[in-house]
Amino acid sequence: MGLLDKEFSDGNIVVANVEDLLNWARLSSVWQLGFGLACCAIEMMATSASHYDFDRFGLIPRNTPRQADAIIISGTVTLKMAIRIKRLYEQIPDPKYIISMGSCANCGGPYWEHGYHVLKGVDRIIPVDVYVPGCPPRPEALLEGLLKLQEKIRNESLRKKQS
Amino acid sequence: MALKTETMVLNMGPQHPSTHGVLRLELELDGELIVNVKPHLGYLHRCFEKHAEAMQYNQVIPYTDRMDYLASMGNNFGYVLAVEKLLGIQVPERVEYIRVIMAELQRIASHCVALGTNGADIGALTPFLYLFRDREYILSIIEETCGARMLYNYMWVGGLSHDIHPNFVRRTKEFTSYFKNTIVELDNLLSYNKIFIERTANIGILPADTAINYGATGPMLRGSGVKFDLRKDDTYSIYNRFDFDIPVGKGLQGSVGDSWDRYYVRVREMEQSLRIIEQAIDQIPEGDVHSAIPKRIKPPKGTVYSRVENPRGELGYFIISDGNTNPFRVKVRAPSFVNLEILGELCKGHLVADVIAILGSIDIVLGEVDR
Amino acid sequence: MKNAEEIFELLKQEFGDSILSIDKDTPTEPIISVEPLKIHIVSKFLRDNPELQFDSLMCLSGVDDANGKKVKDAEGYDVIEGGTLSVYYHLYSTVLRHKITLKVSAPREDAKVESVENVWKCADWHEREAFDMVGIVFVNHPDLRRILMPYDWEENSFPLRKDFKVPEFYQGMKIPY
Repeated sequence: MGLLDKEFSDGNIVVANVEDLLNWARLSSVWQLGFGLACCAIEMMATSASHYDFDRFGLIPRNTPRQADAIIISGTVTLKMAIRIKRLYEQIPDPKYIISMGSCANCGGPYWEHGYHVLKGVDRIIPVDVYVPGCPPRPEALLEGLLKLQEKIRNESLRKKQS
Repeated sequence: MALKTETMVLNMGPQHPSTHGVLRLELELDGELIVNVKPHLGYLHRCFEKHAEAMQYNQVIPYTDRMDYLASMGNNFGYVLAVEKLLGIQVPERVEYIRVIMAELQRIASHCVALGTNGADIGALTPFLYLFRDREYILSIIEETCGARMLYNYMWVGGLSHDIHPNFVRRTKEFTSYFKNTIVELDNLLSYNKIFIERTANIGILPADTAINYGATGPMLRGSGVKFDLRKDDTYSIYNRFDFDIPVGKGLQGSVGDSWDRYYVRVREMEQSLRIIEQAIDQIPEGDVHSAIPKRIKPPKGTVYSRVENPRGELGYFIISDGNTNPFRVKVRAPSFVNLEILGELCKGHLVADVIAILGSIDIVLGEVDR
Repeated sequence: MKNAEEIFELLKQEFGDSILSIDKDTPTEPIISVEPLKIHIVSKFLRDNPELQFDSLMCLSGVDDANGKKVKDAEGYDVIEGGTLSVYYHLYSTVLRHKITLKVSAPREDAKVESVENVWKCADWHEREAFDMVGIVFVNHPDLRRILMPYDWEENSFPLRKDFKVPEFYQGMKIPY
């Protein structure tokens, strides 16, 4: 953060835009709802383990939707589960972000053709902010997805209500 | 005058930090004692069997990976053995050795996750991180050879997709000498830890004859004292050339067949897998891994049932062929599906917190249960 | 250890007409056909007889044989009429180390097979899955309801049948791609 480096050498006074400060605070601690559905969940667990740690970006798993900011939909969404995902999404308080991880959550994945019980993409029921492609995406890909989400939060404005 | 009481129904819903995936358990409670457990499945039903009927035989292999996503090599192995039995082809020796080494490496990786999450559910977070670090080692060895970290599509009908990388033998030997220390570390941290023993000994006792009647296989069956392992008792591929033991549960910290015994069987199985890998890695013969791969797979009419020993139990494939290039019916006998039925029996009379310990020791993967 | 022909002879002696035939010209394993409503007593005999001792059921699969006539229904889709639905049983003896495969076939329109749930407990969920996917009704099963599909999925819609039509919507969500 360029602003902070400069100001601290001068005497511990920081002057910044309120929007920038709020956005910086929010993007550095996105707390996710621990929600793994299928194979991508194992890659998410591997990303949170010590080799590719994502706690250093501020992401902590929380167990209940009421305390979470974001939800990473990792894995295939079936019709039976879709109803429950919608309910969980409605329980997360605003502002909330959705990362759709993996091919199955983006568009149905390998099951697009004959899957009678697979929902072809989680964006048919909830609005998605970042799509991470891959089957399963590498941990580095998920981290890049997270950085893109942080970019998106950095550019938000207080005046316009985000959808 | 006796008070009229009612039991309470508590829902351990599909979203839960320790149900190992999307499983819904309906618990009927009398205070904190469990009266009945009813599992509800189907939250990850991805229509594998319908896809298998629409694809050609070799196009089904990536879908078999995704069923038990922690033991993909084992899934591929079972399917490929079944189709080769129908076709009647014999694969080169080099392919057999590499398949066995990959399957045993995968067994260690899968047990790492199983033991790590078993401990994490009970509250031990350190072994989880240590075992995932070692699993990354295995995944990077396999990634050098076949390009993927988790869902490999490596074993093809009649051979393999890629030959092993030149570094494979050296890195695997380094890994086997390194991993022995991890097992010692795991024993010191978790296996004989007083809290872990209090939470898992004498919990979820499964007698041997109930286990066989319910169709339990793998560490669930061996934890109850039954010495039955498909690699020795109904042998397939070249397992009969290697020398290894079958660990069984002996009730060292409680009764025979409790959750601690199942955990202990898995730890000792990792040691035996290292023994097999050490013997096999020195004996890999030269050859071409692509020489026996058929150009067109069109098996004769008939049925085949073939089974392999996956880390979770017996994985069976029942394939019916009607002479076309697509299978007519593929039915998968998934070990976690059969092992999960016993949950209702095991939980009766225990407390709510014990359900988590028992579920962790059964070691299910929902991709397999729901297919 | 016995092989399939010897087991077939033993069963034929005991049960006569209920054991229909043995199919030996398969590339891998001979299959013994049994009548659908007698499979329960045959299974009990297989489990309890000291020469056979089949104490473990490896796999139970429901199959749509698709050997009926293809006709077009009201909306012009292909529907199969007549023919059979089958159930295959794979049994194994942990004591005597032998295997056998049984097959029962029931007519498609009214497929009723006796349940073997109180012989081998693991058949419980396998039979529920065969009912859910192919539509075979198991007589005397304690709790026959859908297991993998949602409980409010259409009544007579069985996904693994060869003439299954994918529905357009389920609770407001579009199913096809």
